[in-house]
Order: sequence, then structure tokens, then C-alpha cells
Amino acid sequence: MAMQTTLDPVEQDPTAPAPSRSQTRPTRRRSSGTRVWVTTALMIVAACFVLLPFFVALSMAFKTGQQAVQAEAFALPSPWSIEGFREAWTLTNFPVAFSISLTVTVVSVLGTVLLSAMASYAISRNWNRRLFRYSFLYLMTAMFLPFPVLALSQVKLTGMVGLDNPAGVILLHIMFQMSFSVMLFTAFLRSLPGELEESAYIDGASTWTTFWKVVFPLMMPMAATVGIFALLKGWNDFMMPSLIIGDPALQTLPVIQQIFQDQFSNNYHVSFSSYLLAIVPAIIAYVISQRWVMSGLTQGAVK
Amino acid sequence: MATVTEQLATAPPPGERRRRARPRPARRRRVDRVHYLFLLPVLVLFTLCITLPAVMGIFFSFTDSVGFGEFNFVGFTNYAVMFSDPAILSSYGFTFLVALTTVVLVNIIALTLALGLTSKIKGKTALRTIFVLPMMVSGIIIAFVFQFIFNNTVPAAAEALGVGPLQESILSDPSLAWIAIVLVTAFQYTPQAILIYIAGLMTIPRDVYEASSIDGATPWQQFRSITLPLVSGYVLINVILGFKDFLSTYEVVVGLTDGGPGTSTVSVTMSIFRGFQKGDYAYQMANSTIFFLITLVIVLIQLRVTRGRTQF
Repeated sequence: MAMQTTLDPVEQDPTAPAPSRSQTRPTRRRSSGTRVWVTTALMIVAACFVLLPFFVALSMAFKTGQQAVQAEAFALPSPWSIEGFREAWTLTNFPVAFSISLTVTVVSVLGTVLLSAMASYAISRNWNRRLFRYSFLYLMTAMFLPFPVLALSQVKLTGMVGLDNPAGVILLHIMFQMSFSVMLFTAFLRSLPGELEESAYIDGASTWTTFWKVVFPLMMPMAATVGIFALLKGWNDFMMPSLIIGDPALQTLPVIQQIFQDQFSNNYHVSFSSYLLAIVPAIIAYVISQRWVMSGLTQGAVK
Repeated sequence: MATVTEQLATAPPPGERRRRARPRPARRRRVDRVHYLFLLPVLVLFTLCITLPAVMGIFFSFTDSVGFGEFNFVGFTNYAVMFSDPAILSSYGFTFLVALTTVVLVNIIALTLALGLTSKIKGKTALRTIFVLPMMVSGIIIAFVFQFIFNNTVPAAAEALGVGPLQESILSDPSLAWIAIVLVTAFQYTPQAILIYIAGLMTIPRDVYEASSIDGATPWQQFRSITLPLVSGYVLINVILGFKDFLSTYEVVVGLTDGGPGTSTVSVTMSIFRGFQKGDYAYQMANSTIFFLITLVIVLIQLRVTRGRTQF
């Protein structure tokens, strides 16, 4: 249960009013009441700025070709049309690109969580052995290596072994997430009480069973954080797939947008429909699992 | 937990037979084979995917390879040429300009919004959802949408309002295009910084504010004397993390200007990636190595700062 509370720092309400104060000082209370509304109003204005590009995208995507070519974002679509979505769907071969993006994302997330959880478990339970301690430091070195530094060599290598495809991208995504994920997991495992494992061993469970049946389920809160970061990377990354995947027909959704940029030209209703098709799955997933995502992101961000 | 492990490490060596009922099972003495099985695949894959390319890159930076075929060793020639190559120097100049400006901008915006989001406001959850939204969207798509806005919406609005200078798209002005890149990068990165600041602001106990407001402190004084000093560790984290990320700026540039007009917005990452197209693979490997060293310095500073300032 303690885990639950640390998982969700955002949800703790820091603004719980101090009742005694507001009761004893009525004048203060009224002025802080206006302040609440002023702050809220300012925040709403700022939120409108954040929403502006999304508004532009929606407004352009639902226009007809004729209206879209005028490029007036603030003129609402009249009539509303899904012509753009239809064209974008067939032009970019959306179902294929979507499936590839989805596969890359799902496999990267699963691979990252499983491999880093296993490695972290081995490392944290053998911390007194040099091999495991040095392995940890070794895995951490990737934090010093941004993708651009390794990119050209990785393009060469993946090309040589026939991994210049989504499978190669998945493998590289998992490996690039490894440092961060192992760091989060080992920190988490260190705080996990050892008694549960001990009792599993006493009951005669093997290390393998103990890990999968006892330890791994306990790692779930941190797995959520690790998974969300892997998910965002897998779904949104542009740099790596654009360089690694050789065949444009096998590209992920973000790269597809760039490939078709020339063909979209002034058909803004098609281009914006295509962008929306690419981002809507992530946004829907985000809105549905919002609380989870938010706490996961906060956890990871602070580490 | 840690101390338990240490005690066991110094415990007398094995020799007795393994007995189930013992309070401390003998498994601690010898590494279970499963643990190797858990770790080794990761180590092997990591070596092939990360270490090997890194070593290869450094190796080829001392050659004249074009990416394939034969090559000769040329010593430090690539590095020497780099330091007097106007294209490379301007890409570093541009990248540092963008990174520094974005860091300042992002932190001012994010800290302000985080303060707003942790103060007494209505509709907190909805607002937070909106502010984090850009984090869910691929940078290249954000950049394409903003390319449209800078090319069409902003000039149209400027014309309607009679603002002269903005009627031309700033993306086609070599001396202004970098500003668009800063703005869009900031748009994309602010959510992450907000989350870090919210986490930081949460650690400040409420009674500090209450005590100070009883003593008659104004909100500004509270911000200067309480909030800012107490979140300074998080400011440092945000500055360093952001700076490291902004140095690799790539997709926002691809989406907005693709390096143009001319070569005025070619970032370091972009010039490295063009190494294959232009056939100066080895040369760009030298560039990568320098870029790596710069990142290394920044990460080392980061590690020092995060270890010294805050306890994670």
C-alpha cells in the first residue's frame, strides 16, 4: 500500500485549505477566492495555447479539398467532410503503417519491461558480486550515448545482418531503454522487502518460480513507469526508424508523415487527416489511462 | 535490505549442506544459474547494439572510410579539419543557440505553469491533462503542424492585425528561423519539465507557506524566499536534462525547415545523419565522437548535481 502512495504524488492535494486560518480571517478568504479565479483564468488561457495546434489540425482535417487549399485555420469547415481522412487512409496505406507502429510499440514495451526486469533482478540480488555490479555500470553507459552518435554505425550493422526493418528498430529501442529501465527497476527492487522471496524459497520454490510468481508481480508499479516511457518512444520516435528501416513500405507512422509530405503538398485536408490518424490512438490511450500515465511519467521524470 | 545482503556476503563460506528449513537459505552463497540466465542475454544484446557501434564509430573516425569498401588510417586529420570547417562550426553554433534559448524558455514556462497547477485552481485535473498532452504526440507531427501555422496562420493573422514584420513566414528568414525551432521544441518539451517541477513543488511542506503568510509575506516574497530555493535542485535537473536533449535536436528541424533556408538551421545531429548521403562517413564519425564527449561532460555534471542536491 505504501507503494500506492508513492506512485501517485500528483494526486496528493497540496492545496488542502487550512480551515482554521480562513475562519479566523474572513477578509483574507475573499481575496484568496478571487485569486483562485484569476489563476484559473490565466491557466485556461495558457491551455488554449497548448490546444491551438490541435484545433488547427482538426479544423483543417475536416475541410473539403476546395476549402482546405485556402489554408485558413480559423475558418471552420463548411461543410464538414471526411474526404481528407479517406484520401489519407489510402494514400499512406494507413492500416499497414498502423500495424507496423503498433507492433513496434507493443513488442518494444514487452521486451523492455521483461528484459530489464530480469536483468535488474539478477543485478540487485547479487550486488555483492563484482560481475553483477560492473554489469550494472556497463548498462548505465548508454545514458552517455545519444542515438545520433551511434546511428551511422548501427545503420551499417543492421544492414549487414538483415535487421534494417521494424525488428531491428524494436531491438534497438529495447536496448536504448535499458539503462533507464534497469536504473528504475534496481532502485525499486532494493526497496522491496526480502522476506517474501525468502518465504517462497523456504516453501521450496526455485529462483525462476520465485521471480515470476512473487517478485515480478510486485514490480508492476515500476513496470508501469518503464512501460509508459517505452511506449511513448516506440510510438512517437522518428529518428531511429527513419534511419534504420530501409524499405519505406515498412515505415512507422511518424516517418510516413515525412515521406508523404511532398505528396500532400497543398492538400492540407489530407495531410492534417493523416497527422490526426497517427496521433489519435496515443491520445485516446492517454485520456483513458490518464491517472496511471501521469503518475508513471512523474515517477520516471524525477528519477 | 542492503545491510542484510552485506552481512550474508561476509557470512562464513558454504560447506554445510543446503537445508530447506534454515532461516537463511544457502542460495545466497552461490549465484543461482537462473540469475546468469537473466542477465547474460541483456549483456550480449547490449554489447552488439550499443557498445559495438560506439567502438566502430570511434575506430572509423581515424580513417577516410566513406561508409563501405577500403579505407586508410588518417590519424587525427578528420578532427583537425572539423575544427576549421565552417559547416560544422555553424551547426554547433546553431545547436548551442537553440539549446540554450530553449532551456531558458522551457524552464520559465514550465515553472510558471507548475506553480499554477499546484496552487488553488478549479479544474486542476483537466488542465493538467491538457498541459501534458504534447508529450503524447510525435515531435515530427507537432513540427509539421507548426510549419503550417508559421507559414499560413501567423502571416494571415499579422496581415489582419496590420503587424508588418510578421507577414512573411519566419521560417523563410535565415536569421529568424531558429526562433521557430526554439518555440516548437519548447512546446514539445515543456510537459516533461512541468511534471518534474510539480514533483518538486510537492516536496515543499505546506506549513512553511502558512507560517510565512501569518508573518505577512506577500506571494512574491514567498516565491523568492521559499519556492525558488526549495525547487532549485529541480531547476538544475531540468536545465541539464533539457540541455542534453536539445543538443540532439533533429525532428523539429526536419519538420519545420529541414535545415533551411540555405543551411542556416542544420543541427549537429542533422549534419551527422547526412554523413551517409555525402560520403563523408569517417568525417561525421569524428563529429559524432566530439558530440559524444560534449554529451558525456553534460551527463557527468548531471550525475554530480542529482547526487549532491537531491536524494533519489
